[in-house]
Amino acid sequence: MTTRREFLKIAGVATTTMVLPAQASNGPHLDSERFGVLADLTLCIGCRKCEWACAGANELSSYPIEYYDDTCVFEKYRRPTTTEYTVVNRFPASETSVQTDAKVQCMHCEHPACVSACIVGALQKDPMGPVTYDADKCIGCRYCMVACTFQVPAYEYLNATTPQVRKCTLCSDKTLNGSGKPACVEICPREALTFGKRSELLKIAEQRIRRNPDRYIDHVYGEKEAGGTSWMMISGTDFKELKFPEVGDESPAVVTETIQHGIFRGFSGPLMLLGLLGATMKAMKKDPSDG
Amino acid sequence: MANTRPAPLNTGVPFLTKGTWVLIILAVSGISVLIARLFFGLSFVTNLDDQYPWGIWIAIDVATGVALAAGGFTTAFLAHVIHAHRYHALVRPALLTAMFGYTFAALGVCVDLGRYYNIWHVMLPSMWQGNSVLFEVGICVMMYVTVLYIEFLPIVCERFCGRVNLPGIFAKLNKPVDNLLHFLQRIMHKFISFFILAGVVLSCAHQSSLGSLMVIAPGKVHQLWHSPVLPLLFLLSAFASGLAMATFESLVAAKAFGLKPEIHILRRLGRFIPILLIVYFGAKLIDLVNRDVLPLLLENSVQSIMFWIEITVGIVAPTILLLSEKIRQNPATLLFSVSLVVFGIIINRVNVFIIAYKPLYADKIYVPAWTEVLLTVGFMSILILLYRTYVFIFPILEMEEQGSDV
Repeated sequence: MTTRREFLKIAGVATTTMVLPAQASNGPHLDSERFGVLADLTLCIGCRKCEWACAGANELSSYPIEYYDDTCVFEKYRRPTTTEYTVVNRFPASETSVQTDAKVQCMHCEHPACVSACIVGALQKDPMGPVTYDADKCIGCRYCMVACTFQVPAYEYLNATTPQVRKCTLCSDKTLNGSGKPACVEICPREALTFGKRSELLKIAEQRIRRNPDRYIDHVYGEKEAGGTSWMMISGTDFKELKFPEVGDESPAVVTETIQHGIFRGFSGPLMLLGLLGATMKAMKKDPSDG
Repeated sequence: MANTRPAPLNTGVPFLTKGTWVLIILAVSGISVLIARLFFGLSFVTNLDDQYPWGIWIAIDVATGVALAAGGFTTAFLAHVIHAHRYHALVRPALLTAMFGYTFAALGVCVDLGRYYNIWHVMLPSMWQGNSVLFEVGICVMMYVTVLYIEFLPIVCERFCGRVNLPGIFAKLNKPVDNLLHFLQRIMHKFISFFILAGVVLSCAHQSSLGSLMVIAPGKVHQLWHSPVLPLLFLLSAFASGLAMATFESLVAAKAFGLKPEIHILRRLGRFIPILLIVYFGAKLIDLVNRDVLPLLLENSVQSIMFWIEITVGIVAPTILLLSEKIRQNPATLLFSVSLVVFGIIINRVNVFIIAYKPLYADKIYVPAWTEVLLTVGFMSILILLYRTYVFIFPILEMEEQGSDV
């Protein structure tokens, strides 16, 4: 009967260890000096110059600047695509709101679900802010697109051999080495976009709302959404009407990372199960000589 | 009862039948879709877009395929871990289905991957991404496929030890190959227990992690399914699925190959299925109550209808049926009951990955392209053909003892 006693002992140890508290996830390392962009939608006039500058900076297309004068595009709500990392949508005035133009692009989350989901670490959160993508690592599973809280990444489905996930880079080639601002910020004729330290931008946003409470609704979109984002918006129209998703203050990655780490940290869960099953296997062996 | 033991199929059923030809045609069609995908890209053969990055190749080929291949680890657990020897007859067929099921789930992923040639990145420690649920699924499935092939080795040894007879110029290799098989047989005898245990652990790990996959998209997955306990629900349903599939396969194989249904084993195994289903259903119910989403059951939507189908046809009905000894004793009614369980599992996985998935900015809903369906059907056909081939060659199914060997 020794085997049975052994089995019970191991089973006991295994169960006690299994109920130990799971370690919650803290998200990626962030620099306190990290930057971001503040978009003041009340200043945006929908000139789409940012779309043109973005296409040029990222070598996405080479339409002349006049091409972007066309306001017909506002008839349909648009989303970023593989060749347009940013698009401006126009929302006509309604009984409760004024006409608003709203730029859409990757929000560069502080704790991005896409980075947490990426199977090979092709997507990374830079401590300074940008969520970067390394196509050479990517296996093309598109789990980032499933995970993205804001439904931003676009995929090159037409490309049979080397498709990439495409999204705003926050012009990380310039912004990370301090040689410049994002192309959209640089070109904006109305200075609706402000590039700077995220903590400073938050202060500016709150200041503008405080000084002009009639002009703005009291909400900095991106301050807390999904755990905070590098891009933040202030507006005179409710963000729900501008088709920005209503998301909680916690990154969805927190839940999945807590589950994952709870079960798999140090392979403790699987190893305990292995031990438990091994003990069962031994204890329940119907060997006549074992008594 | 006649003495039986596993042996290559010897009932006189021909390998090629009308049905086999249909499967071959479907298999070839599926492969042509695969070739088209390789040359012309995903957009050419799928209806996937930026709103719906995952379609039936993930929902059915991978998620459902893996759930239905759960017979491998559940029967291994019964027969080898808790030594319920009477279920031995089910282990080999289930192992074979699991082996091919996982192989094709992995192939399904590769077809769906934009950069399939980078799949090996998942094995590179420098690219390991411990936060990713998909990484956990990927690495576990890769290891489990390996374990399954290792678990199959003893069957190869048993069949060919002392009988290696290679054709033509390869005849010279007969002796070395035979030695190798004998060597493997000795080694495997020592380590097989470890691999069986590892297989059960790896299965529990990735069956549950498959459920965690959609937890990261709370805004897009319908509240009837989106829950932090999805991994637990996937694991619990995989247990029921495994036993139901083992029963299903055994009965279908008996029919297809002219064997006597192993009803004396299956009716005992069948007792466990309603228990597992009740546990699964209970967990599902508690979760719904906990999350306060019961009112959604009365919502007039495709989602709520699909949820009702999932629980009534796939869980409640087979539970009631299988609780009856009379129904479990009759091969026809038993087959019908376990088919409902299998159907319920398929519907559940499709629900979680496709029906429940509501992207934020979709202007149309995802319906698979005919080519997507054809590839899925083609892969399933290849799987069945391989199973058929293997039971003709290897000692998988229980045959009545015969005087002379094959």
